[in-house]
Amino acid sequence: MANAAAPEPKENMGQPMPRIDGRLKVTGGARYPSDIRLKEPVYAALALSSIALGSISRFRLDAARAVAGVIDIFTHETLSDAIKEQVMMGQSEQAGYAASTIRPLQSASILHDGQIIAIVVADTFEAATEAARLVAPEYDARTPSATFGSDGVTIEEAAKISKKHEDPKIGDAEAALRTAEVKVDNRYSTPVQHHNPIELFTTSCIWDGPKLTIFEPSQTAHGLRFGVAQQLGMNPDDVHVVSSFIGGAFGSKGATTERTALIAAIAKKLDRPVKFVSSRADAFFVSTYRAETEQRVALAASRDGKLTALIHEGHEVTSRPDGYFVGGTDTTTRMYACPNISTKVSVVHADRKTPGFMRAPAEMPYMFVLESAMDELAETLGIDPVELRRINDTQIEPIKGLAFTSRSLMPCFDAAAAAFRWSERNRKPGAARDGDWLIGQGCATSCYPTMVAPATARVSLMPDGTAHVETAAQDVGTGTYTVVAQMAAERLGIDARHVKVTLGDSKLPPAPVSGGSNVTASVCSAVAKACDAINEKLRGSNSQNLAEQFRRLGVSELVEYAETVAPGASPEGIDQLYKGISALGGGPKLKDRIQYAFGAQFIEVAVHSRTREIRVRRMTGAFAAGRIMNTRTARSQLMGGMIGGIGSALLEATEIDRRYARYVNKNLADYEVPVNADIEALDVILVPETDDKVNAVGVKGVGELGIVGTAAAVANAVYNATGIRVRDLPIRLDALLT
Amino acid sequence: MQPFAYTRAHSVKEAVEIIHATDKAPGSKAEGDAQTQFIAGGTTLIDLMKLHVVNPARLVDIGSIEAQREWSSVTADKHGLHLGAMASMAAVAEDKDVLRDYPVIAQSLQLAASAQLRNMASLGGNVLQRTRCPYFRDVSFTACNKRNPGSGCDALHGVNRQHAVLGGSDACIATYPGDFAQSLIALDASVHVAGAKGTRTFPFAELHRQPAETPHVETTLRPGELITGFIVPAAPWTRRSAYLKIRDRASYAFALASAAVALDMADGRVRQARIALGGLATVPWRAKDAEASLAGKPLDERSAAEAAEIAFSQANPREYNAFKVKLGKETLTRALLHVATMEI
Repeated sequence: MANAAAPEPKENMGQPMPRIDGRLKVTGGARYPSDIRLKEPVYAALALSSIALGSISRFRLDAARAVAGVIDIFTHETLSDAIKEQVMMGQSEQAGYAASTIRPLQSASILHDGQIIAIVVADTFEAATEAARLVAPEYDARTPSATFGSDGVTIEEAAKISKKHEDPKIGDAEAALRTAEVKVDNRYSTPVQHHNPIELFTTSCIWDGPKLTIFEPSQTAHGLRFGVAQQLGMNPDDVHVVSSFIGGAFGSKGATTERTALIAAIAKKLDRPVKFVSSRADAFFVSTYRAETEQRVALAASRDGKLTALIHEGHEVTSRPDGYFVGGTDTTTRMYACPNISTKVSVVHADRKTPGFMRAPAEMPYMFVLESAMDELAETLGIDPVELRRINDTQIEPIKGLAFTSRSLMPCFDAAAAAFRWSERNRKPGAARDGDWLIGQGCATSCYPTMVAPATARVSLMPDGTAHVETAAQDVGTGTYTVVAQMAAERLGIDARHVKVTLGDSKLPPAPVSGGSNVTASVCSAVAKACDAINEKLRGSNSQNLAEQFRRLGVSELVEYAETVAPGASPEGIDQLYKGISALGGGPKLKDRIQYAFGAQFIEVAVHSRTREIRVRRMTGAFAAGRIMNTRTARSQLMGGMIGGIGSALLEATEIDRRYARYVNKNLADYEVPVNADIEALDVILVPETDDKVNAVGVKGVGELGIVGTAAAVANAVYNATGIRVRDLPIRLDALLT
Repeated sequence: MQPFAYTRAHSVKEAVEIIHATDKAPGSKAEGDAQTQFIAGGTTLIDLMKLHVVNPARLVDIGSIEAQREWSSVTADKHGLHLGAMASMAAVAEDKDVLRDYPVIAQSLQLAASAQLRNMASLGGNVLQRTRCPYFRDVSFTACNKRNPGSGCDALHGVNRQHAVLGGSDACIATYPGDFAQSLIALDASVHVAGAKGTRTFPFAELHRQPAETPHVETTLRPGELITGFIVPAAPWTRRSAYLKIRDRASYAFALASAAVALDMADGRVRQARIALGGLATVPWRAKDAEASLAGKPLDERSAAEAAEIAFSQANPREYNAFKVKLGKETLTRALLHVATMEI
């Protein structure tokens, strides 16, 4: 019987090899960072602010200190010289690693809800947790600004914050909109969302003289190493990060967050190993999050469906001091042919923690809006939504006129539409029923920019046909261990089961952040290059016997180290990589080409005709992402993305009490994510695609592709079911009880 | 977690005596924040202790009491159904007599929580489950009259999508979160309790108190009293009964709205109706006026909608929960029409 989890490879696809770390993970053999046994550790717990703006006037710590086992309590009064100024990751010309410039415990100032105000260290986890609860601050509180529409927020144009962002624009979109035959022009919103990877946020720090070792689940072992060194004013050579196994990340373990350097500083002061494991509630504060957005999209078209104007404006919330934003218009302006385009991204500074990466940071919220608007335009035009995409499909992006290295959008739509039986859809909203349930179907485009970063790897081949690949790249649960082994095996002509892979350690050759869906492409490029160098040394021998060839060469192993940068990228990227910076390039940012992965998602929902709860009955996604290294791990990532997309569409939202700028539902009972019962039938189709221009190995990456467009496909299906267009996520029955 | 003493009781009598002795001790607090608490499955209490919403000094574990058979058993006879307070939610949900003759009870249990929780949680603990109001459960919010009497209510003007539209007051609008209690109140159940001064039995409908000015006093149980069981009287409407639960996701979520409905029908007309509402009210909510409106009528779209209007005539929605009035009406209408056409 066919195994749905292990799709039969098609053209340009690798075997569905099971994860080589799978057995370790399901038997408890995988040592996650907090599983590492420390010698005589002490345990840290956080006390977090319960105000969003103001300062701490004094602490009452008697009750906390009285808890048996408490060793010390660190506050801004005792730790304020520990942390140097830090630079944010990816937001400046300077080398930056941090998620925020906010430095808790460095002053009495409180800039957001849940800011770290004290760290308690005790002999046991329980004592530290109990004492942290008893830390009693007295505040000088001020009225905070919570979000859009709150008094006191300030607005700033994204283009003025970052030189890396310019608002894409061509032609005269406003004029084209005024004279258009057909147009849609609406406002949308997306909510705050928080990461809830199963593995919580943990940090263990051990000092040996001047040397610091950090065990922490991180999407960038080298980035964390340099980030902590920057914050503590240390020589990065003295910092070692180990992150061998990671139980889900999704962006939340990317940039260096506040706790790590603080835990390290405390470990140094106490001269003891310190271990920290966050609670689930604290996880809503110690990691980054997806900020809420408000957006406007206007689309104009001629009656034959050709787009004549696209206007996309986005507002995003960020913190007071920082300018983090995602700016998804780089992508939405590249989706379809259109002669007049105008965009603008603005940030709204509020008294909130600095947001950060979350799976498809820009594309998830911005493509929800564009793909909802495309459906609205199709409806207004009376054109099938798939055909509207076909009419406006293009191999040349409209902003700079660059050719896509490959773009299989319509093959994806056609494959998914056929499997989904889209042609049987009733186009009239509210017309299809199954008993008391209204049935609706919708579709949307998925996409994700193909980014590649400099990478390095070392490969050793032994005479017995075994090999060892070493690179600092992280496996965040996606299958990096496995696809790296497959790449080495393929290039060296050996069995993938004979390849040992060592990852997630900053002593290994540096590799980029596991973010932006780049690692498979970037790291496999370096692995392939090192393997090719080994093959070069073996060449010229007629013998098929590997052992003989080693004897001929007079060596007991062949070791090659390789560095790669993306086609056309500057070799300086390798120097940056050695400083912990991942010079991600690609997507829409190249001068001579544009590179994206594409997909199409089709979703059927049932909405109860009376009570209006929404249930997803089936989902079909077809995706083309260049070379697929492993059909099993690729399907799993795409499936996970689509399920995450259902969460975004129907459930996930962190609720803010606007009076206090505080989160209310910071637990997994009240912050709902899909459960098994929410996912009935899910079909992932891998569409063959060959792209020899994106990078050396032709891989586009699938980590984020699957979550993009899902929410729009759901919204479009809800419209088809009910005739009600919901433009605010998540879509809940509240909006349908009209 | 702060330290607490733990005692395992071997009989109901011993359990209530321990409570009686300790809560009379110097320093014990008033009702609503007992220093000593019973623990059965622990699925609510342990949560709330971790959150420091309740901070008992002593727990009396009633989970290993085996003395009386009826303590944890399900028995059905021609007079009705007896449910022991220590019976697990899972066991009762799967009981064949309950499934056949009291489907509303089986369904209200089956649709609650998760399989793991239903295996652990007792019926007695279930009906006493505390609200999910986030301002109650998060002690870093200061205004909660239920947790800290007199401190105010942050939910009145806060994030109150999940809050009650029925039975609230200016002191509290926290929703009663459970499901099973709605089936008990609809079926005119009684509750048995044991205390230091003996046992007593009273209508389940009298167990929960609306918040009024004292939201911290949630039940009419006297200090130290322990629920030992429930009696559901046999009646012509119990077989024609069902529980409808509406929630954002398909499983493992609290009700946004629910309805427990039981009907006695003859010749296409309602002889008697029993209706309770959940997820919408501060307590398990019996809708007696709506029941009365159906008596003698055929159950159709019109009579169901009329009953639903009556059930919500006193609804008092807030900023984010206004949808619950409409949702509640639709839930009740849907449940009534479903139960009227059940094959029994």
